Amino acid sequence: MRSETGFDPALYDRFPTREERPAGEMKELERIWCAPKGWQLLTVVNNNYIGAFYVGAAFLFFLLAGVLALVMRVQLAWPLNGILPQETYNQFFTMHGTVMMFLFAVPAVEALGVLLLPQMLAARDLPFPRLSAYAFWAYLIGGLAFFASIFVGLAPDGGWFMYPPYTSTSFSPGINADFWLLGIGFIEISAIAGAIEIIVGVLRTRAPGMSLEKMPIFAWAMLVFAAMIIIGFPAVILGTLLLELERALNWPFFDPTRGGDPLLWQHLFWFFGHPEVYIIFLPAAGLVTMMASALAKTAVVGYRLIVLALVSTGFISFGVWAHHMFTTGMPTLTVGFFSAASMAVSVPAGIQVFSWIATLASGRPRMNTPTLFLVGGIVIFVMGGLTGVMVALVPFDYQAHDSYFIVAHLHYVLIGGMVFPLFAAFYNWTPMMSRRPLSEAMGKWVFWLMFAGMHLTFLPMHVTGLMGMPRRVYTYLPDRDWETTNLLSTIGAGILALGICLFLIDLARNFRFSADENAGNVYGGGTLEWLPTGLYSTRSIPVVRSRDPLWHDPALPEDVEQGRYFLPNSATGLRETIITSPIRAEPEYLQIMPGPSPWPVAAALFTAGFFLLLTVQAYWTGVVSGIIAILCLLRWLWDTDRPVREPQVDIGAGIMAPTYVTGPRSHGWWAMMVLLTVIGMIFLMACFSYLYLYGVHPRLWIAPPDAAWLIPILLAYGAGFGLAWLGRRLLRRDKTRLWTPGVLLMAGGGGSILAFAIDFLSWRGHGLSPDASGQGATVYAFLSLQGLLVAILFIMTCYMAARNSRGLINRPADNSYDLVYLFAAYTAAQGLVSALLTRLFPGSLL
Amino acid sequence: MTRLPIFSRSTEQALAGWPPPVLDPAGPFASSITVLSWVLFAIGGVILGLVLAALWVALAGPERLRSRLGGTRVIWLAGIALPVVVLTALLIYGLTLTSMLRTPTQPSDIRVRVTGEMWWWRVAYLDQTGRVAMTDANEIHIPVGRTVTVELQSSDVIHSFWVPRLSGKIDMVPGRRNVLRMQADAPGVYAGQCAEYCGGAHALMGFMVVAHRPDDYARLMAGRRRPAPVAGGEAARGAQLFQSNGCGACHRVAGTAANGLAGPDLSHVGSRRTLGAGILPNNRGTMIGWIGDPQSLKPGNRMPAYSMLPGRDLTAIAAYLETLR
Repeated sequence: MRSETGFDPALYDRFPTREERPAGEMKELERIWCAPKGWQLLTVVNNNYIGAFYVGAAFLFFLLAGVLALVMRVQLAWPLNGILPQETYNQFFTMHGTVMMFLFAVPAVEALGVLLLPQMLAARDLPFPRLSAYAFWAYLIGGLAFFASIFVGLAPDGGWFMYPPYTSTSFSPGINADFWLLGIGFIEISAIAGAIEIIVGVLRTRAPGMSLEKMPIFAWAMLVFAAMIIIGFPAVILGTLLLELERALNWPFFDPTRGGDPLLWQHLFWFFGHPEVYIIFLPAAGLVTMMASALAKTAVVGYRLIVLALVSTGFISFGVWAHHMFTTGMPTLTVGFFSAASMAVSVPAGIQVFSWIATLASGRPRMNTPTLFLVGGIVIFVMGGLTGVMVALVPFDYQAHDSYFIVAHLHYVLIGGMVFPLFAAFYNWTPMMSRRPLSEAMGKWVFWLMFAGMHLTFLPMHVTGLMGMPRRVYTYLPDRDWETTNLLSTIGAGILALGICLFLIDLARNFRFSADENAGNVYGGGTLEWLPTGLYSTRSIPVVRSRDPLWHDPALPEDVEQGRYFLPNSATGLRETIITSPIRAEPEYLQIMPGPSPWPVAAALFTAGFFLLLTVQAYWTGVVSGIIAILCLLRWLWDTDRPVREPQVDIGAGIMAPTYVTGPRSHGWWAMMVLLTVIGMIFLMACFSYLYLYGVHPRLWIAPPDAAWLIPILLAYGAGFGLAWLGRRLLRRDKTRLWTPGVLLMAGGGGSILAFAIDFLSWRGHGLSPDASGQGATVYAFLSLQGLLVAILFIMTCYMAARNSRGLINRPADNSYDLVYLFAAYTAAQGLVSALLTRLFPGSLL
Repeated sequence: MTRLPIFSRSTEQALAGWPPPVLDPAGPFASSITVLSWVLFAIGGVILGLVLAALWVALAGPERLRSRLGGTRVIWLAGIALPVVVLTALLIYGLTLTSMLRTPTQPSDIRVRVTGEMWWWRVAYLDQTGRVAMTDANEIHIPVGRTVTVELQSSDVIHSFWVPRLSGKIDMVPGRRNVLRMQADAPGVYAGQCAEYCGGAHALMGFMVVAHRPDDYARLMAGRRRPAPVAGGEAARGAQLFQSNGCGACHRVAGTAANGLAGPDLSHVGSRRTLGAGILPNNRGTMIGWIGDPQSLKPGNRMPAYSMLPGRDLTAIAAYLETLR
């Protein structure tokens, strides 16, 4: 048999083991993984807790945004209604869309990932528990503060896609728009932190033997989801950054009178915004696949086709963004391309829908509440998909675009594609984390109310749109015949809300959180999350031999619970999980995991403080808060990356695994690579903006400074990278003085700072002002991005110097050192590319 | 208390508005999209029926059918082959229609330039060389049976020009000039509305396209080229008040000293069907109300309130404006 890492798969045959495990192991596991009590619970990092908090918070935002929608529906119930004045209504619809997309949909699926993935993969926890905790707290604090802006009339009112120039200071002078830009920019950080966690978690912490081929579909979906966040979110992060720079410093990225272009924002926003829909949909679709299989008690039909569908959706979705811009007057050829791609993306959706149907048909589905929500969701989603194909056709979109037809379409897609599957998931997975399952009888009422209410709300909206009613209007006139359908929609919204209220009652009556004394496998699922669990996840980590291990080996739960598989104890007396290889999931090493800590929550609090104080223009307090946040972050890192005494431990059945691994095999290296991909994508989007603005207004551009400046910049960045590289090499040699690597790293950081300074000063001296033109704005945007990287690198090298002085750098290789080295290499590379681009293109053409 | 409208309505009233404008085209551009719409609705209906039937079989159908549905074959047939065939055909249809709708301006076209403003429409009729021949606001007059090229631009934020019965919509993007072609085949008044959210009173940014028989159209345009008749009586006093209160700083009235460009051109305001960009019927009462308190009718618009003027002055100004036809 082939092997990925040199691990002999024959070793799997040692499991399940025969001999009794020593008594007291279980107690020891419970002690190590026990959650802090009382107020200390704020320091909890375990995925069972963070996942549950996360789902709860996302659901809270769903309710809040839903209430906004309900009030808007009352306002639109009849013409010239006066419940919501114009400005308030404009804030309401902006907040409804923004909160639903950024504070509910993405976090909700990410939360399900945090909650379910370790269980499905039989990992003890996600690989970076403190990062999950940080992402959650940042999201909760930032989200609540952002939402509170509506109570004081400071909520943004530019619509959830915030098109400039309406959102520029000329037309939106208040800080409302800044709440959106900084608030959402901040929450994107937490989404990215979650995505890094999920990518590394899925690829490196699967149970031994769970090759990609045997991975639960949800894990596949989350992998594609996280990859799409990594590729897509940078576009909107850059967009918000540019718009905030335009607002704060008057740099004209989107101002057509000074060489900017409002359509640049639309490109950046929708390059994120359309994949966003699939980012929301794919995980939910993954859940539907798994539930269809579990509820019908049969294997997924067309597993490989589904995987293919998930991955191809991910790819195609990045080629469809401009279908939101068909009416902006793009060239016919461009429009044709995006129309074709938009239609193509419905093929993978078709694959999934018919795979669900085939799976249901091949098994014995029971008509319980999860099945109802599942089937209802499929019906709604198919209807939204069909109208989606309609609006992908350009001529039809000329009529439907920005009308209530679109409002109907997008709600069908999102409610059918995400909300109903989510409710199905609530019912299906509650027994995994609650002492009692939710009520079947009440669940059916919840379903029928929601299903009927949903159709009554949104089906008439198609007609309202065809009648000519544009979206985002706070009222309408009586002579347009829009009354009937609008009133029907309002009544429907009330019924939908009634269903959700009933769900809340069910939740209050039956949901009792418990990780270890849960109701168990009431629906008879076949995947690993239905093994008996505690906060440590499963007692021992099983060898996975099929896609539905519990169905294939009915003895598995008992064997796992008796400790007859991998890691039946804590090998080092600390929290730990097995890191496996990315393709075949062969055990590679034992990761030591951090436990509860107050620092992630403190760092989240002060990061939120930084962004919010900037928004309300309390700059100095903001900066202080930011510095405290960085210190909290460094403090939390300080305890990490400390090898334990035993370099090799028994991870079960006498199989030995190392406890400290560095270099490209380590999970830290993987996470840094993902992070650098994010930063690289932000940079790529900046390059796009630069070239785009040149294409729109070339005559405002001036020749760059003398190309000779490139020589010192190149040399200094080269030195920056070279010194860091040399330090890493010297670490391997025993004879080197102890402090040399740290000093070299700092010197390398100095090289990059010098290069950046030369780059910056040469532009300053050249007389290009950032507010002069699109060129000035984008060149200084490059410099700002680079300045940020250099500043982070500086903090990192200081941190490493501090570790060095305390003797905390391990030899012959050190994870922290590796990561800073990677960051230094990236910083030098990006600095070099941006200097070359801005000086050589279109330099020679001018 | 507001009465719930639906409970007092007859079936006929409840069905008012059917067929909706998108499905009730009044010219070739809109009707080509209507045909496409019906094709799409039909295909969509058939596919939805197919999925519902398959779902029913999967959940509750006879065993023989269920077992035939429960394999990968159905995914290949219904999930891949069927969509590929249907979508390819639709794509060809859609792209052909797109390029037809986007054929460039012909020399025979009537040319109108419309500029989006927060929250009204600046209208300029262009001659064959592209020079402005006449200006107006919030109402566009066209002859039936002729294709009209509308040049779309914006002076502030993004707006979108949409007359569902005549054509699809195209955005008005600052810094760019887009072109939309439309045509009406029957005389009538066609409602239009801004479709892209443009802040504040976006909801109240409507306009009218009025299609006339060719000879009526020629007469109307010729009439407008003649200078406005000198007003007498109350209207004459209104004209004076119009000047003395500085209305001319923002509004233009052709042939007078009023030549402001910030607000809508009032040279033909008396003949307009609506006030405030499509939100009020045009009569003396609404005109007085608008001048006296425009902010309560359309919050956030740039027109200051003239509530300090005595009622008879407002009436006189309204009487004067009525004469501008």
